[in-house]
Amino acid sequence: MFGNITIGQYIPGDSLVHRLDPRVKIFITLVVITVLFLVHTMAGYGLVLLFILGAMLLAHLPVKFVLRGVRPLLFILVLTFGLHLFMNEGRVLFRLGPLVATYEGAFRGFAMSMRLVLLVLATSILTLSTSPIELTDGIENILSPTRALGVPAHELAMMMTIALRFIPTLLEETDKIMKAQMARGADFQTGNVLQKAKSLVPLLVPLFVSAFRRADELAMAMEARCYRGGQGRTRMKQLHVGAKDVLAAIGSTAALIAVAVYL
Amino acid sequence: MEEMIRAENLVYEYGPVGDGRHAALRGISLAIMPGEFVAIIGHNGSGKSTLAKHFNALLVPTSGTVKVKGMKTSDPRNLWKIRQTVGMVFQNPDNQIVATTVEEDVAFGPENLGVPPAEIRRRVREALECVDMVEYMRHAPHLLSGGQKQRVAIAGVVAMRPECIVLDEPTAMLDPSGRREVMRTITRLNREEGITVVLITHFMNEAVQADRVIVMEGGRIVLDGSPRKVFGQVDTLRALHLDVPQVTELAYELNREGAELPPDILTVEEFADAIIGVSDRGVNDRSHKTEEGRARTADACGTTARGRGRSGQADCHGRAAAASCGGG
Repeated sequence: MFGNITIGQYIPGDSLVHRLDPRVKIFITLVVITVLFLVHTMAGYGLVLLFILGAMLLAHLPVKFVLRGVRPLLFILVLTFGLHLFMNEGRVLFRLGPLVATYEGAFRGFAMSMRLVLLVLATSILTLSTSPIELTDGIENILSPTRALGVPAHELAMMMTIALRFIPTLLEETDKIMKAQMARGADFQTGNVLQKAKSLVPLLVPLFVSAFRRADELAMAMEARCYRGGQGRTRMKQLHVGAKDVLAAIGSTAALIAVAVYL
Repeated sequence: MEEMIRAENLVYEYGPVGDGRHAALRGISLAIMPGEFVAIIGHNGSGKSTLAKHFNALLVPTSGTVKVKGMKTSDPRNLWKIRQTVGMVFQNPDNQIVATTVEEDVAFGPENLGVPPAEIRRRVREALECVDMVEYMRHAPHLLSGGQKQRVAIAGVVAMRPECIVLDEPTAMLDPSGRREVMRTITRLNREEGITVVLITHFMNEAVQADRVIVMEGGRIVLDGSPRKVFGQVDTLRALHLDVPQVTELAYELNREGAELPPDILTVEEFADAIIGVSDRGVNDRSHKTEEGRARTADACGTTARGRGRSGQADCHGRAAAASCGGG
């Protein structure tokens, strides 16, 4: 059930994309996201999709695995498409009782769903090809000028690292608790939404209890290893923007802006 | 020689002030010398984990003092120096790994200490070599086995170059092979790197590997001495509902049945030697065998040691029969 959540996971590797500076990768991802909101034609979406697939291949990421990350989105996609399909005015495609599906609605719905899928894909490439520590280093670094304004850049970055580190651990634990409850006759599959939500209580309570215990132990382990916030801390991996980073940033930005302007 | 850790009249209480206060430690005094390998055993709730947390100032005494290389743990100015000197490894390997790759997790400690990046890299490599995990450098910790995770946690402490490592039941959540891996690493750190080790454990065969065993009960130290001395006191340990190593117990039970084995047997090898000694004497009294013959009986006893008593007797009968045949 939880095996197909790919967001937040990291696939170690040594590809060109893996070796890019995290700040550059974050920057390119932000450009992709911006362009996605500017593009309005099918060709535009197609080209962004091509760009994303290209990045996926360059990063040697298993395409099937990345695409599986979209699956949890299916419900939202169907809902988005459905709403757009019936809520737009224009040429009638078909009627379903009082609901009128339109060509314009179908197009918009498709475009919206496409946008969501591409958003998820773009961000998963970022997280799949960047180790969470690099990622948070990047974010910390980008945010560091705002520290003077009182933004706790280091703390935010540390929180993110820990959250990402514990996603697989907590998923594993959820799976274990679920199986334990199922072995005692709990039913997570049947019933209406309300019953299903209710059946989650015996899952969530132990999960939360254990998460708090973990947090407590982790805090102690971190303190035992002399953690005292960001002050006086050095990093093993220094961020360094090299020629390939500059090229990648300029190249992708130029290509994406071209897509946004011409399509 | 300066003591690594010294506790004097250490009392630790917790809970609300007033009647609800519980004492976890009730007056502990002990000294741990540099290079020692000390095992602390005791029941759940005997205070052994609480004591361990005092050794690197995760807890500070309610009264009494704990000093690490002469530095008082209750003085906040000493805090980081103490935690760098005394590293700590916890029970659950999952809850002490901070980072998402092995090397980045090992680097976490040195990073906190403000070590320059090139030096961190060198230390991470050394620490991983020390625990034999170099090939897993770029792996994600959640994909490692329990024993491997715990070795990564130990490397994370080793990279901070501590003089002492306190391990709080590091093998409790591991399978037997993981337990062996971790114990091998710990003993190596102590013997080869000269790091002082304080090992808190439930497993008596692990405690046996230490130079010194401390037994705790109800927040007090009840026994303190070499494993031989401590585990020789089977009655006292039993009264505390603590186990002794299996062979020690076997020897104890045999002695109660009239065998004459040394009371302080700790390992299977020692037990085998002792059994050989006993049967040897018997054989010698009866037939005055040669050196060669004695070696042969020793072999036979070695193989029958598991089946003890009965097969031993059968052997004797057999030999007697053979002797009478030869005589006739």
